[in-house]
Amino acid sequence: MPSRVEFREDRCKGCLLCTEVCPTGIIQQSSRFNQKGYKVTEITPDMMSQCKGCAFCAMMCPDYAINVYTTKQAKGGKK
Amino acid sequence: MSTPERIFVKGNEAISRGALAAGMKCFFGYPITPQNDIPEFLSQALPDAGGQFVQAESEVAAANMLLGAAACGIRAMTSSSSPGMSLKQEAISYMAGSEIPGVIVNVSRGGPGLGDIGPSQGDYFQSVKGGGHGDYKLLVLAPGTVQEAYDLTIKAFDLAFKYRNPVLVLADAIIGQMKEPVVPWVPENRDPEEGQAWGLQGAKGRDPRLLKSLFLDDGALAGQNLKLQAKYQAMQAEVDQEMFLTDDADLIVVAYGSIGRIAKSTVRKLRAQGKKVGLVRPITLFPFPADVLLKLAKEGKRFLTIEHNMGQMVEDVRLSIRTVADSALHCQLPGNLPTPDDFEEPILKALEG
Amino acid sequence: MTQEIRVTNYPEVLTDRASHYCPGCQHGTAHRLVAEALTDLGLVDKTILIGSIGCSVFIYNYLTLDAIESPHGRAPAVATGVKRARPDKIVFTYQGDGDLASIGMAEIMHCANRGENITTIFVNNTVYGMTGGQMAPTTLVGQKTTTCPGGRCRENEGMPIRMTEIIASLGGVAFAERVAVNNVKNIMKARKAVTKAFEYQTKGVGFSFVEVLATCPTNWRMTPLQANKRVETEMIPYFPLGNYKDVLAKEEK
Repeated sequence: MPSRVEFREDRCKGCLLCTEVCPTGIIQQSSRFNQKGYKVTEITPDMMSQCKGCAFCAMMCPDYAINVYTTKQAKGGKK
Repeated sequence: MSTPERIFVKGNEAISRGALAAGMKCFFGYPITPQNDIPEFLSQALPDAGGQFVQAESEVAAANMLLGAAACGIRAMTSSSSPGMSLKQEAISYMAGSEIPGVIVNVSRGGPGLGDIGPSQGDYFQSVKGGGHGDYKLLVLAPGTVQEAYDLTIKAFDLAFKYRNPVLVLADAIIGQMKEPVVPWVPENRDPEEGQAWGLQGAKGRDPRLLKSLFLDDGALAGQNLKLQAKYQAMQAEVDQEMFLTDDADLIVVAYGSIGRIAKSTVRKLRAQGKKVGLVRPITLFPFPADVLLKLAKEGKRFLTIEHNMGQMVEDVRLSIRTVADSALHCQLPGNLPTPDDFEEPILKALEG
Repeated sequence: MTQEIRVTNYPEVLTDRASHYCPGCQHGTAHRLVAEALTDLGLVDKTILIGSIGCSVFIYNYLTLDAIESPHGRAPAVATGVKRARPDKIVFTYQGDGDLASIGMAEIMHCANRGENITTIFVNNTVYGMTGGQMAPTTLVGQKTTTCPGGRCRENEGMPIRMTEIIASLGGVAFAERVAVNNVKNIMKARKAVTKAFEYQTKGVGFSFVEVLATCPTNWRMTPLQANKRVETEMIPYFPLGNYKDVLAKEEK
């Protein structure tokens, strides 16, 4: 079931707490700075497919900068 | 350690160093912006000098610790900023009533309430008219430079013990946080017996001593109050002010502390333009330089009080000159940082009359 | 057919704005736990927040609630006044360790002892944060701060205070628990504890208290990751997590 993570780069403070709790270890610090001067975190597109949608990253983030989405079967759908 | 010839320090550090030079043995403080450099510096320097440093649980506690330590006849100090000063008022009233000498430093900030963390002179009433209950007065010293912050802290201890009264050093966030060169000096010939004639040490071989402010017997409180008032009268001898280009001035600017210093720059600038303005900068706020102002008023000069509040010292200026003159008022609003340019227009306006 | 759903749902009461907190500061996490608890229990509309003085003085910008700013340390007293005036509302204080355990020690002890039906969220990061990292009653022995530059020393400064244990010992207290937010497992436990604390307020059984161990990377002079590690290696051993009082706990069979 594909899952994905959206990082709100305007809110990220580069604390890296999310990188520690991701069970698949796919979160990393990018080389981009946001307007406030923080180096933001990211999951690169090629790594995103490994996201399990657990949202541990979002739970750990003190700045609510992470949104996690997952896909599920719609009712009555085929597998 | 030898005294260096010149150091470049914040006002807060200058006050701390002055206190150490004056022989302060105990300091009680609590964190509050913008004076944290004082407890932080003393937390290392005072124990190094063989003294006692305590970060109290609150400003209330710190002020009461000061009362206790000073009651033993030793030099002790506390510092805070406006909201913390409000907390200390009860203890200060007790110190005044019990005639316990101590130094309280207020690095004032904007108010009322939580206010801001920038400078203001909004604590003039609290400091000079007595923020605590009852008829008492503190000697109030107002430095305008970092060197003065050092010097006046030493003086504060001397005066506290001379009169057995609490003394307030009234600075603000500007003086506290800015850095200037200071020539540190250590006073000489301090009386080794200071405070020992009345301080608490354990009544071995003598009658016990009692320091209190409760007087319930018939006439006792009245007597105590008369005694205190006589002392405050004697304190008039300590009045001090800076007079800058007042002799031939048509308009006298009255301003104290950092505002006095900034106004001095404005006066200097206007003088270069040929305007006849001068400055009186009170250095003691209590006692207030009333006689000096009255003398200038009788020479026909006009007055403009400039202060970083909504109008407090102006009442004392007006009181001093009321028989012959009045004072205009320019308020630098609390929350707005002052510059010499801010005072130019008000001074010119007052000059034109 | 598949459908994308959103896993993360931030409560509406949590204001959608950037915070002033330092990178890695866990105040934001604690605020979120409060927001989630109030939302889950349906209490948002009747809650009154009593702010305090410290880095979290601006909490009223982050939780969309009726709020009052109290003087340093006095929040439990202010909360007492509010709850007595409006007993049907949910009233809580949110305080740091300087505010609660230093200047406010008398107020928290007596509010808890009286059993005021309010909730206190106590954030313990072993320093005074807002004023620049001075020693707090919770500073650990040997920990260096700006007012104990050689490290807290037992002979001079005494031992760090364990507030949850003290609060739990007072008669009017219904619930007292210590939690941390240094990893996901602890965050989940913390959320449960905060929810329970507010739930107990609705039941009117007494004072409820949650101590949250948190980081202060700036004043500890650490990176956020190092600071988070310190919670585990230094703080939790001295401030053990767990429940210290629960008047409604069912007996273990």
